[in-house]
Amino acid sequence: MGAVSIQGLSVSFPLPGGGWIDALSGIDLAIPEGGFCVALGASGCGKTTLLNCIAGFIAPSSGRILVAGREVSAPGADRGVVFQKHALLPWLSVWENVAFGPLLAGMKRAERRRLAEEKLALVGLAGFADRPVWTLSGGQQQRVGIARALAADPQVLLMDEPFAALDALTREAMQEHLLEVWAASGKTVFFITHGVEEALFLATEVVVMSPRPGRIVRRLPVSFGRRYLETRNARAVKSDPAFIALREEVLAEVRASARDGAGALA
Amino acid sequence: MSGEEAAARRSRPRAASASPTDRRPAAARNVFPDPRSAVAISIATTIALLLLWWAATEWRWIGPLFLPAPGVVFDRLVEGLARPIGDATLVGHAALSLFRVLSAFVLACLTAVPAGIAMGVSRVARGLLDPPIEFYRPLPPLAYLPLVVIWFGIDEAAKIVLIYLACFAPLALAARAGVRSVAPEQVNAALSLGATRAQLLRHVILPAALPEILTGMRIGLGFGWTTLVAAEMVAANVGLGQMVLNASNFLRTDLVVMGIVVIAAFAYAFDLLMRLAERRLVPWKGRM
Ligand SMILES: Nc1ncnc2c1ncn2[C@@H]1O[C@H](COP(=O)(O)OP(=O)(O)O)[C@@H](O)[C@H]1O
Ligand SMILES: [Mg+2]
Repeated sequence: MGAVSIQGLSVSFPLPGGGWIDALSGIDLAIPEGGFCVALGASGCGKTTLLNCIAGFIAPSSGRILVAGREVSAPGADRGVVFQKHALLPWLSVWENVAFGPLLAGMKRAERRRLAEEKLALVGLAGFADRPVWTLSGGQQQRVGIARALAADPQVLLMDEPFAALDALTREAMQEHLLEVWAASGKTVFFITHGVEEALFLATEVVVMSPRPGRIVRRLPVSFGRRYLETRNARAVKSDPAFIALREEVLAEVRASARDGAGALA
Repeated sequence: MSGEEAAARRSRPRAASASPTDRRPAAARNVFPDPRSAVAISIATTIALLLLWWAATEWRWIGPLFLPAPGVVFDRLVEGLARPIGDATLVGHAALSLFRVLSAFVLACLTAVPAGIAMGVSRVARGLLDPPIEFYRPLPPLAYLPLVVIWFGIDEAAKIVLIYLACFAPLALAARAGVRSVAPEQVNAALSLGATRAQLLRHVILPAALPEILTGMRIGLGFGWTTLVAAEMVAANVGLGQMVLNASNFLRTDLVVMGIVVIAAFAYAFDLLMRLAERRLVPWKGRM
């Protein structure tokens, strides 16, 4: 139902002074239904561009994207997005932001309110429902954005560095919540991060990306998240010698590919 | 009080806690724009200008024909409330002028805001409406006044149309600019939450454009008052603008100044109302 298939995707942006930048070049990627794919890479390697293509915000230069077997031609409620910068609506209160998708779908007010409070509790913001969003801190606003995407209940969740603005404690709690939501709902997730540990902990598949041109340099099937769901002990999973060894290996690889990119620039 | 605040208050040691009554609201210590109120300075300026006016007339720096004394102007104001000036009392003049300006302004809001939004979101509407608006916008109302009179006659319609045109352009342009102030991420967020085009307009574009629309309303209403005298040049017997024009024909500077002060007072009062509306409707302006 919610499988994502990306075939031969390339995105080139024209530069204002003439010339082109190849944000993505020849991307092939298949995320099975219920898969958790994490794109990992230094900034500028095209992660956000790839997410924007799946969401339908960018028409690619070439290639195509299928979601649940249908070609992506526009944004739609089947693909929920958590933005790198929250993109909340400041004229709505916290709970109205969270329940914005259900409002558009015609859900009754009382039901929307209940749903919003449930999702707010999930992201640790119980008691913030009636606050204006601009009175929240950056990390709190980011979590409202996550609750908003969850409340709309999409088949596919697209998350662009959703936990980057959070403190370490909240980030770990949110990672665990996300795994639980994912396991319970069977959603397909495409998740962006530049954190190696986060990628390995969450993913069923990690794709390491490299810049100029943006491309996938390594695909790595992992299952640490499943192990967490069995044991509910995140520290044990993350301090496992196998986890640490893989983390160091992938970190070296991300470092190397970022350096390649910088070399290509120089 | 939110749960968070309540929890914070509970957990704070008693001795260190300030009592709620002597708690001062915290505010950003912004260097620019300076958030502190300028009301006191404004009042001082007003008083200084009034004193200067009084001194200039009291000690005859300027003759009464050129500048009547404040006391004289005040007397005219009080007399005008009871006895007619020309064909109506001051109340009658003011009421008719208010009716003209406000009905033109309301009509302009009802048409210019949709027109501006349409220009902001639709290529076709932009192509259709941009040339006529940009053509008439820079023209002084006095230049097209004769045409308006020929087309709409010499009664109320022509006057309201002239003021309406003055309000329309700044409002339409403000609404159009407001649409462009929507963040692309907000539009994308709404679209991937399933918004239709109509829902996007109603729930995202309109509220995002509201701060600029309100600014446009302030400017438009200001233009409306500016055009009042021109509008009442045509075959009017009653109206503040007409009263001033008539008084100037007889070199009654006392009545001219009184009329000007009354018009300015109305314009200022409405501007204050608009600012109040702004604070109530868009408290988030400039914060996100
Ligand atoms: N709209 C755009 N116009 C021109 N260049 C862009 C645009 N969007 C992204 N880029 C470029 O494409 C590359 C990839 O950007 P992005 O996908 O945002 O990277 P990431 O999210 O991995 O940090 C960058 O070099 C960036 O400068
Ligand atoms: Mg990015």
